[in-house]
Amino acid sequence: MYHAFLIKYAEIGLKGNNRSYFEDCLVKQLRYSLKLAGSDYQVRKEPGRIFVECPENFDYDDTVEAISRVFGVSGYCPVEIERSTAWEDILAACGRYVEEHVKDRNVTFKVFCKRGNKEYPKTSPEICAEVGEYLLERFPELKVDVVNPQMAFTVEVRGRVYIYTDTYDGPGGMPVGCNGKAMLLLSGGIDSPVAGYMIAKRGVYIDATYFHAPPYTSERALQKVIDLAKIISAYTGPIHLNVVNFTEIQMFIYERCPHDELTILMRRYMMRIAETIAKQYDCLALVTGESIGQVASQTMQSLNTTNAVCTLPVYRPLIAFDKEDIVAISKKIGTYETSILPFEDCCTIYVAKHPVTKPIVKAMEKSEKLLADKIDEMVERALAERQVIRIAPGME
Amino acid sequence: MREIYLDNAATTRVLPEVADIMHKVMLEDYGNPSSLHSKGFAAEGYVREARKQIASSLKASEKEIIFTSGGTESNNMALLCGADAKKRSGRHIITTRIEHASVYQPILRLADLGYEVTFLEVDHNGVVSPETLRNALRDDTILVSIMAVNNEIGSVMPIAELAEVAHSFKKDILFHTDAIQGYGKIPIIPRRMGIDLMSVSGHKLHGPKGSGFLYIRDKLAIKPLLYGGGQQRDLRSGTENVPAIAGFGVAVQHFFADADEYRERMFRCKERFVTEMETVPGAHVNGIFAEENLPLAMRIRKTAPHIVSVSFDGIRSEVLLHALAEKGIYVSSGSACSSNHPAISGTLSAIGVAKELLDSTLRFSFCTTTTEEEIAIAADALRELVPVLSKYRRS
Repeated sequence: MYHAFLIKYAEIGLKGNNRSYFEDCLVKQLRYSLKLAGSDYQVRKEPGRIFVECPENFDYDDTVEAISRVFGVSGYCPVEIERSTAWEDILAACGRYVEEHVKDRNVTFKVFCKRGNKEYPKTSPEICAEVGEYLLERFPELKVDVVNPQMAFTVEVRGRVYIYTDTYDGPGGMPVGCNGKAMLLLSGGIDSPVAGYMIAKRGVYIDATYFHAPPYTSERALQKVIDLAKIISAYTGPIHLNVVNFTEIQMFIYERCPHDELTILMRRYMMRIAETIAKQYDCLALVTGESIGQVASQTMQSLNTTNAVCTLPVYRPLIAFDKEDIVAISKKIGTYETSILPFEDCCTIYVAKHPVTKPIVKAMEKSEKLLADKIDEMVERALAERQVIRIAPGME
Repeated sequence: MREIYLDNAATTRVLPEVADIMHKVMLEDYGNPSSLHSKGFAAEGYVREARKQIASSLKASEKEIIFTSGGTESNNMALLCGADAKKRSGRHIITTRIEHASVYQPILRLADLGYEVTFLEVDHNGVVSPETLRNALRDDTILVSIMAVNNEIGSVMPIAELAEVAHSFKKDILFHTDAIQGYGKIPIIPRRMGIDLMSVSGHKLHGPKGSGFLYIRDKLAIKPLLYGGGQQRDLRSGTENVPAIAGFGVAVQHFFADADEYRERMFRCKERFVTEMETVPGAHVNGIFAEENLPLAMRIRKTAPHIVSVSFDGIRSEVLLHALAEKGIYVSSGSACSSNHPAISGTLSAIGVAKELLDSTLRFSFCTTTTEEEIAIAADALRELVPVLSKYRRS
């Protein structure tokens, strides 16, 4: 049974003087994620490497799951640790490794060595040769293949010795928190949770805004959004979910403006409100799940008219994705089953039969003039009365 | 905020006496009725007492009552095991277009297994006529399943006449009725009405969820749905849910001590409610024999006392439902529907409710403690909300 994991990180390894900042973020995120798997994990930073050491009685599958949720991890290897660097102890540890973890010995292998401790009396090629020889002698079924080995038997000599053979893929990306914060416009649909996940994967903290419209949307629709936020918070870290009551604004637009423009006008106000909240949280961008042409409000023209009300950049990570690709990601990250529960969101309530698909900013501004007497006050009220729920994985 | 619960066809609140006895059974008399010691004997006593109460409410014999986990199990057992018992006499089953899913789905399962099914039409008041049944009967008909009271609009089927039609056509046709909404709400005496199998659920009558029974006419040979330890004379294995059964028994005892009075009280609530709806713009009450030239009080007494179905022109039922809930008034939508999964009510379309009203229908349902005052408050809320909400239509 392995008791430790070596964490590989590709992209941050390339950073220059900031590298240790990124590594610290990764260590912090690993600790956050492992807390969900249990207590007493040790996350240690060594030059160029991060190691996770597991407590007694840890659950292997839970640990692997927790590690694979952490952005910035490009891969992880279950490792055995030998505390002594005495040469006989290293050889014995290599032998024990094969005995315990290599059940099918009818494989080809090659020994790789990394020598973090440059003072060590043997050079890397010497270590490789001698470990190889030792293993061949002790396990005659093993065969050497230095060109295309089936097993990459790796020995890292540092303050301690790490032995491993298998590397599993991590999610990649960059550790959350290393790249600032963004405000996600979260709905109960399939797309926006995926969009939040993808932006978080680039190292960005996520807070979220959800618009509900009671009685047109139900308590269950809100619960569904809370559940979705909970699922993605396992990847992104804690989320402040801002729940904004949009009923009054929606009704007012319905009363005053042409019905085929309802959705676009609503979205313009949603963007404005989300941006105001975003600035309060020091977010540097808005994030939406929009994708070109998916629905009437996501044509190039519609995106332009909703974009026009924002001063912050609006990130749309799914912009060029097909629906089926988005669905595939939502299944992978575990939001799909919740997203397809049949509770209405406020944008689906008053869909006009033939909504505008090519709105222009000027026309929208003209329609919004019809709201001028009361809308600012309503937006203020919606902002002031919003509810903030702190979401973390495993919360009740 | 005062709560007004008008969703009693979905479930009811248990009586305090029911909660009390269940509490006692769970903490004190928690034995297994099959155990030989005195704790087991005490537990068995509760089951025996409940069975006695229920049998007497139906003028039935105690051995005709098999406790189940509720309405769904009772319906499944009646249909799947009933059809199996008669499979050598034929493969034809008759039911209606307005059955509950717990009848409809097992019947679809039987259709998969090779049985042929006829679905009877209903009139626009939601009633199956004996004539319609007579025309559907065939030499190979083995099972007729017709609900006693419809769960969505509260229509009452002429069960005695329907059973008579079936049995006079062929004596050994099994006549099953789903009486989950009917038990207690309309007078039922299975033996006198020609019922062979009847499903009942406890939680529609102030009993606990997870309680129910299947009435199986004496001498009717039917195999079990669940096999195991042989409880309830081998017909329904599984340790009896003693707390639920005991609670159900108490609920039945209380209800049937004054059943006529309770029904009359609910009828008065219904009459008041229907009258109030006349002043709600765009409201249409479904299935109350509006075309008959009779006083409202008489027309209403041709339906179940506890269910009113109302369509509201131009309002999505779910929106009105949530708006009422904000005022502490709890009701059901006539059909489960959403933008993603349209599942429009079978009953409402079967009685000819206009397509645009299918998703605009609410069900209000009453219980023994519903008061006319509560009805008046609910009506006030509707008079206030309906004009506002109907302004915002889908264009």
